[in-house]
Amino acid sequence: MIPTDRPPLVVFDDVTCGYGAVPVLEQVDLHIERGAFVGVVGPSGVGKTTLLRAMVGVVPRLRGRVTVDGRTVGNGDRPRVGWVPQLETVDWHFPATVSEVVLMGRWDVRPWWPRPTPEDRRSVDRLLERLGIGELGERNIRDLSGGQQQRVFLARAMIGDPLLLLLDEPTSGVDLKTRDEVLHLLAELNRDGMTIVLTTHELNAVAAHLPWVVCINGRIVAEGSPEDIFTDAILGQTYGAELRVVRQDGLILVADAAPHRLREALNHHHPGYEHAHHEHLDDEHVHAGGRAAR
Amino acid sequence: MNVLAEPFAFEFFRQGLLAATLVGALCGMIGVYVILRRMSYIGHGLSHSVFGGAVVAYVVSINFYVGAGLWGFLSALLINATARRGKVGADAAIGIVTTASFAIGVALISKTRSFTRDFEAALFGNVLGVTPTDLVVVGATTALVAVFIVAFYKPLLFLTFDPDVAPIFGVRTGVVDTLFSLALAATIVASINVVGVTLIAATLVIPSSTARMLTDSFGRMIVYSTLLGAGSGLVGIYLSYWLDVSSGATIVLLEAAIFVVVSLVVWVLQRQTPWERDHQPRVVVASESHSDTR
Repeated sequence: MIPTDRPPLVVFDDVTCGYGAVPVLEQVDLHIERGAFVGVVGPSGVGKTTLLRAMVGVVPRLRGRVTVDGRTVGNGDRPRVGWVPQLETVDWHFPATVSEVVLMGRWDVRPWWPRPTPEDRRSVDRLLERLGIGELGERNIRDLSGGQQQRVFLARAMIGDPLLLLLDEPTSGVDLKTRDEVLHLLAELNRDGMTIVLTTHELNAVAAHLPWVVCINGRIVAEGSPEDIFTDAILGQTYGAELRVVRQDGLILVADAAPHRLREALNHHHPGYEHAHHEHLDDEHVHAGGRAAR
Repeated sequence: MNVLAEPFAFEFFRQGLLAATLVGALCGMIGVYVILRRMSYIGHGLSHSVFGGAVVAYVVSINFYVGAGLWGFLSALLINATARRGKVGADAAIGIVTTASFAIGVALISKTRSFTRDFEAALFGNVLGVTPTDLVVVGATTALVAVFIVAFYKPLLFLTFDPDVAPIFGVRTGVVDTLFSLALAATIVASINVVGVTLIAATLVIPSSTARMLTDSFGRMIVYSTLLGAGSGLVGIYLSYWLDVSSGATIVLLEAAIFVVVSLVVWVLQRQTPWERDHQPRVVVASESHSDTR
C-alpha cells in the first residue's frame, strides 16, 4: 500500500490465526494506511472474514501481532472499530426499531442504564440524518428498503466514532440499486476520511473499482491496485480456478474461463453442439429483441 | 359484590393470587428473551431437569429450593457447555441433560412410592398451597431477575439480536450467557410450585409471543409481556377459584385464549381487501422493500 507520512492504522505482523489447532490465515503481513479503502477478495472459506475479525481481536491468534492505531488488539481494550455484518445474517423478524439497533453500538456508554440518555438520542438523530434516514428512527428494521437497512447497520458501526470501518460482504444478497447506494455511501464516508475495509465476492462490480485490493487464500497472495494485481496468474492463484482478465478503455473485466472450457469439451464429445448452441443463442437474441421492441 | 370478593377472605387465596401474579410477571419478562433467542425448548427442558433435582433434594432431606436450585443451575451450565462444544447441537444437549435429570426423579419416585403425591404439586402446580416461604422465594426471584434484566438490558439486547457481532462490540458473551442461564433456572425453580413442571414452558412462551404480535419494539415487548403474564396470573387464579379447575391450567388456558384473540385481531387488521390488494403501488413496493425475499 502506498505509504503516507503517518504510521499505518492497521498492522499485521506475521500473524497466524484460526479456530482450534487449524490455522485459517497464515503468516499475514499487512499494513492498512489511514484513509484507505481496501477490498479483500478470495474464494469462500479462505479467511476473508477471519482477516476482519482478527482486526477486532475475536479470532484466537496462534502467532504474531495485530495493532490498530498503535495499540495491540486482543489485550483487553477494544479498538475503535465499527463492524457492519452481512445483511443476510440479520434476523429481520426481530422486534427492533432503527433507533434501538443503532443504540446497540453505544451499549458500553452507561451500560447499566437501560434507557437512552438525551446525548444518546442526539447522537442517533445526527447520524441517521447524516446517512439520509433521519425520519426512520421509530420504524422497524424489517420495513426498510435494502439500502436503508444497510445504512442502519452503518449507523450502528459509526455511532462509537470509529477509526476503522469493517464491512463483511456489504453487497452480498442485495439488488443492484442497493449495491450502488451502498458503494456510493461508502465512497462518501471514505472521502470524509474514514478508513474502510470490506470483503467481497464481486470482482467486477466492487473490487475492480476500489483503490486497493488484497487477494487472500489462506495467506496473502497479492495486494495492490486492481490495475496491478488483477492478472490471470494472481487471480488464478487466489481462486484456484482459471480466470481471464480483459482490459478495455480503462475498464477491468474478470471472466470465468470454466464455461468456455465446458463448451469446448461438449463440442468435442458432441459434434454439432457448437452450431446448435449458437443457433439457440441467436433465437434467444431475436426473441429478446422482439420483446424489447414491444 | 360481596360474592365476587368472597375468595379474598381466605389467606391461602390471597397468597396464591400474589404468587401467581409475580410468577406471571417473572415468566413474561424473561420469556421475551427465551422466544427471541429461540430457547423455548430450554425452558421446557430445564423445568423437567429441576423436577429431578426436587426429588433428589427430598430423598437426601435438604431444602427443596436449595436442591432444585443447585440442580437447575448445574443443568443450565451443563447445557451451555455441551452446546458450545459444537459437535453436539444445543437441542440434543438440552435433551440429554434434562431428560436424564427427569428420569432420575421418576426412578426415585418409583423406588419410594410413599411420597408420590408430594410431587403432584411440582408436576402440575398448586398455587393455592403456596406457603409464606414460597411467596418470599417468588418475590425475591422476581426482584433479582428484574434487576438483572434492567442492569443487563443493553448487552442482553445486543446478544439476543446479534450474537455473532455483539462480542466484536465488546459484549462479554460468556458472562452474559451464563448469568442469563442462571436467571432462567432461578425463574423455573421459583415458579415450579405455582404452575408446575408441565406448564412452565407455556408461561414463558405464550405472553411473550402475544406481546411480539402487539409491538415491533423490543423495549415495549418486555413491558407488554410482563403485564400480560402478571394479568393472566391474577385473573387466572380468580377464575380457577370459581371454575374449580387446576390453577396452573387455568392461567395457561387464559394466556392461550388471549394469544388467540390477539392473533385474530392482528390478522383482521393486517388483512387487505381485494380492492386494496389490486390498488397497491406495486412498483414502489418492489423497489423499496426486498426484505420479504430474504
